Amino acid sequence: MKELLILVVVTIFTLATYYLVEPFAHSQMHKHVESEHFAYNDLPKLTATGDATRGAELVMGGAGCTGCHSIDVAGMPAPMDAVTAAASYGVNPPDLSNAGAVYDAKFLAELIKNPAHALLVEHKFDMDKGQMHPMVAFYGTGGDLDQEVADMVAYLQSIAVKPEELTPAIAYETVCGRCHANHYAKWTQIGTTPTFKYEKESLAFQIQVLEYQDSLVKYMGTLPPDLSIYIRSRGEHYIETFMENPQNYLKGTAMPRVGVNKHAAEQVIEYLKDSGDAKRHEREEVGKYVMIFMVIFAIFAILWKKQVWRDLH
Amino acid sequence: MAHFTKATSVHDWLNQRLGIDTVRRVMATEYWIPKNINFLWAMGMVLAITFALLLVSGIFLLMYYQPNIATAFDSVNYTIMNEVEFGWLWRHIHGVAASVVFLIIYIHMFTGIYYGSYKKGREMIWISGMLLFVTFSAEAFSGYMLPWGQMSYWAGMVITNLFAGGSLHADGLVEWIRGDYVPAQAFLTRFFMLHVLLLPLAILGLIGLHFGALRIPHVNNQDGEEIDFEVEAAKYKAGDKAGSKVIAFVNDFLSKDMMVVAIYLIFFFYLVFYHFNFAMDPVNFDPADGLKTPAHIYPEWYFLWSYEILRPFSTDVGLIAFAFAQVIFVLLPFLDRSPNAVPASRRGLFQVWFWLMLVDMIVLTAMGKLPPEGVFSTIGLYAALTFIALWIALPIITMFEKKA
Amino acid sequence: MKNSSRRGFMGKAFGAVAGVGAVAALYAMKKTWDPLPSVKAAGFTTLDMSAYKENELVTEKWRGKPIFVLKYTPEMMSQLTEKQKGRTISVGGSDYMVTLGLCTHLGCIPSYNADEKGFLCACHGGTYDFTGDVTKLPPPRGLDIPPFKIEGNTLVLGEVGPEYSQMKETGITL
Repeated sequence: MKELLILVVVTIFTLATYYLVEPFAHSQMHKHVESEHFAYNDLPKLTATGDATRGAELVMGGAGCTGCHSIDVAGMPAPMDAVTAAASYGVNPPDLSNAGAVYDAKFLAELIKNPAHALLVEHKFDMDKGQMHPMVAFYGTGGDLDQEVADMVAYLQSIAVKPEELTPAIAYETVCGRCHANHYAKWTQIGTTPTFKYEKESLAFQIQVLEYQDSLVKYMGTLPPDLSIYIRSRGEHYIETFMENPQNYLKGTAMPRVGVNKHAAEQVIEYLKDSGDAKRHEREEVGKYVMIFMVIFAIFAILWKKQVWRDLH
Repeated sequence: MAHFTKATSVHDWLNQRLGIDTVRRVMATEYWIPKNINFLWAMGMVLAITFALLLVSGIFLLMYYQPNIATAFDSVNYTIMNEVEFGWLWRHIHGVAASVVFLIIYIHMFTGIYYGSYKKGREMIWISGMLLFVTFSAEAFSGYMLPWGQMSYWAGMVITNLFAGGSLHADGLVEWIRGDYVPAQAFLTRFFMLHVLLLPLAILGLIGLHFGALRIPHVNNQDGEEIDFEVEAAKYKAGDKAGSKVIAFVNDFLSKDMMVVAIYLIFFFYLVFYHFNFAMDPVNFDPADGLKTPAHIYPEWYFLWSYEILRPFSTDVGLIAFAFAQVIFVLLPFLDRSPNAVPASRRGLFQVWFWLMLVDMIVLTAMGKLPPEGVFSTIGLYAALTFIALWIALPIITMFEKKA
Repeated sequence: MKNSSRRGFMGKAFGAVAGVGAVAALYAMKKTWDPLPSVKAAGFTTLDMSAYKENELVTEKWRGKPIFVLKYTPEMMSQLTEKQKGRTISVGGSDYMVTLGLCTHLGCIPSYNADEKGFLCACHGGTYDFTGDVTKLPPPRGLDIPPFKIEGNTLVLGEVGPEYSQMKETGITL
C-alpha cells in the first residue's frame, strides 16, 4: 500500500499549505467580530406600552415628524423631492411607512430621543461644538416623554408591513438604499432606474442622481460604496456585524448604525445575495448533479482500469 | 510520388494519406511506459485535463468578457455571473482550475525531483517543463488582471514595478510594459492579448515540446531502474503482459490515468461548486480604484514563495534573490552533480535536501501571504536564506554522493 | 473497429459514461450561446397607443429598426377598402397603421406626406398609401408589419397575437 502512503503525504502537505495561506493567514489579517444578533444591549429597554392612536397624533402633529418625513401608507407625501431634501439635510429623510418593520423598537425609541447617540455618530455630531444632527431630537410635548416615544413607536409598527411581508427590496431600500446604490439591481440613491425611451430623459435622471450624490458626499465625507457585489467582496458575516455596528470595523466612520432588527438584516443580506450572487441556487442545484455524475464517472473509470490491468499483473 | 490505391474503407483512405495506423502505434499502442509506477505518474494527464478545462471555460468567458477598463469588471461580475446561462460555471471552473493547475504542477515538479526524473537524457523534459511553469505563471498573472478588480490593479502595479530593477530605476521599461504611467486601458488590453492569444500559443507549443522530449528517453519509473524497452516490449507483444516490465500507453497506462483523473475531478468539482473562495479572492470583487490601496496586497498562493524571497531584503538584494528564485529550478539537472537517477530515499543527504526544500517552500508560501511584521517577517527572512543556502549546498552534497 | 473491441466492455462503458458527461457539458455550452435576458427583454417594445395624434407619423424603435405608427382620422377610417382594412390594427376603438419603416424595395426609409396621406420613398420613387400598401412600383409589396400583440390600450411589438397571426395567414405581411 505504498501508493496510499504517497497519497497521504501529498494530502498532508497540500492541506498544510491550504491551512496556512487561507484560514490561518486570513485570521491574522482580518479582525474577527462576534455578532450580537442585533440585540442592541447598549440601548435602554422600552418601559412604557405604546398606544398607536396617540402615536399617530404625535407623529402627524406634535412631534413634527412629517415636516421632513413622508409616510406613503398614511397618505403623507414628502415635503420635497429626494434631491432637494438631500441638498437640505445631506441625505433624503426616509419614508416612515415601514420603519416599524425594519428597525429595532429600542433603536427607534432612542433615535427619536437622541438621534446621534442611536446612530453612533456622536463623534461627528457634537452638540457642544454646535454640530447638530440633521434629525432634530424629540423632547416631548408635555406628557411623559417615554410614554410619548413608545406611542410613536407603536404607531410606526402598526402601519408597517408584517414581518412575513417584508421583502428584501423593502428592507434594502429603507435601510441602505438612500446612501448606497446597487447598480446590479438597477438601484440608485433616488430609486430604481426606470427604462427610458429617450437619451435626454436618461441623462436628466443621471444628473438627478449625481446631484443627490454630491450632497451625500458633502454629508458623509465620501460617496458610500455601491453594494452590488459586497456579498462576494465582504461576505455575509462581515456585512451582518458591520450593519450591527459600523464602528466595529471602521472606528470613526461616518456611516451610522442603522439599527435594523434581525429579520430585516436577513432580508438585506438576501437582497445583496440576489444582486451579487444571483445564480447561487442554480449553482448548488447543478453542483449536486455534477457531484453525483463525477462519482459514477470515477466508479466506471476504476472498473475499466481493473479490467485492463487484470492481464498486466 | 507515393503510390495510392483505391481505398477499401474510410480507415484505409485516411491511412494512405495520414498513416494513422503508424501514428497510433508510435504514439499510443506501442508507446511503452514502465509498469512500476504510482498515481503520481498520472499528474501529466491530470494537467492536460485541467488545461483542457481552462481552455474550454476560457472560450466561453471570452464570448462575453469586455477588455475595457470601464466595462471589464461588470462584464465579468454582472454579465457573466448573473446574466449568461452557466456563465458562473465557466468562471468558477476557470478560476478554480487556474489555482488547482499550480497545485498539480508543484506536485508534478516535486515528483520529478524526488525520483530524479530530470537527468540521464531527461534534461529536456525538465527544462521544457520549467518553461511551461514560467509560461503558466505569466498566463495566470495576465488572466488575473482581466476582471479589473482591486487585486488585479494593485498586483499589476506591484509586479510591473519589479521591472524597474530597484536602483536601476528603469521606469521607462515599466512604462513600456504598461503602455501608460499606471495600469490603465493600454495595460488591460495588452494583458488581454497575452492571456488569450500569445501565451496560450506558447503553452501549446511548449506542451508539444514537453511531450516530444519524453518520447525518446521514456518515462522514468518508481525505482529508477534502467529498462531495456525493446526487450520488454517484445515480451509484451508476445503475450507475456504480466511478465513484461512495460505497458502500452493506450489502453494500459491511459486506463490508470483516467482513474486518477476521475478521482481528481471529484475533488476539482467539489471546489468549483462548494469551495471556490480560495481561488477567487474577495478583494478582487471590489472594482479597481487607483486612489485606494487595499489593506493587504498579496499575489495568488502559487506565487507566494517567490514573492516572499523578495520581501525580507532591501530592494536591490530582494530583486536579485527574486531573480535567483525564478531561474534556479531550471538549472536543477546541472546543479545536481550526482549521476544517480534513483528516488531520493536512496540518495542519503539529497533526501534531507528534498524534504527541507519542500518544507521551506511551504513556509515561504505561508509567510508570503501573512503581513510582513513581527515574527512572520523573521521566519520569512530565515526561510528565504534557507532557500538560497539549499541551492548553494546542492552541488556540494550531490558531488560527494555515493553511487547508488 | 478492432480497437474498441480490444478496449473491452468496461472501456466502452467508461466511454459511454464520459459521453453522458460530455453531452451535459454541451447542453451548458449551448445555453451559454443563448441571447441574454437583457437582450431578450430589449426585444419587446410596448407602445401606448392612446398617446398618438391623428394623421401624424411617429417613428418608434424596435430591435434597432424604425417602426412607423400612424393613427387614422375618422375620415381615413371611413374610406378604407377591404384590402386596406386587412392591414389596419384596431386598438381601443381607433385604427392605426403600424409597420416597419423600411421600404420593401431596398430598405430606404420612406417619408410621410400628411396632406396627400401617403408615403414616398425618395430612393427609387416607390409610393405607399396611408395603410402602408404599395401604390407605385418598384416596391414588391406593402410595408411589412412587425409581430405585435394587443394588450388593452397598448401594443407589444415582438410578441405574436391572434391579429398578427391572421395577417400572416392571409399574406398581408411576410
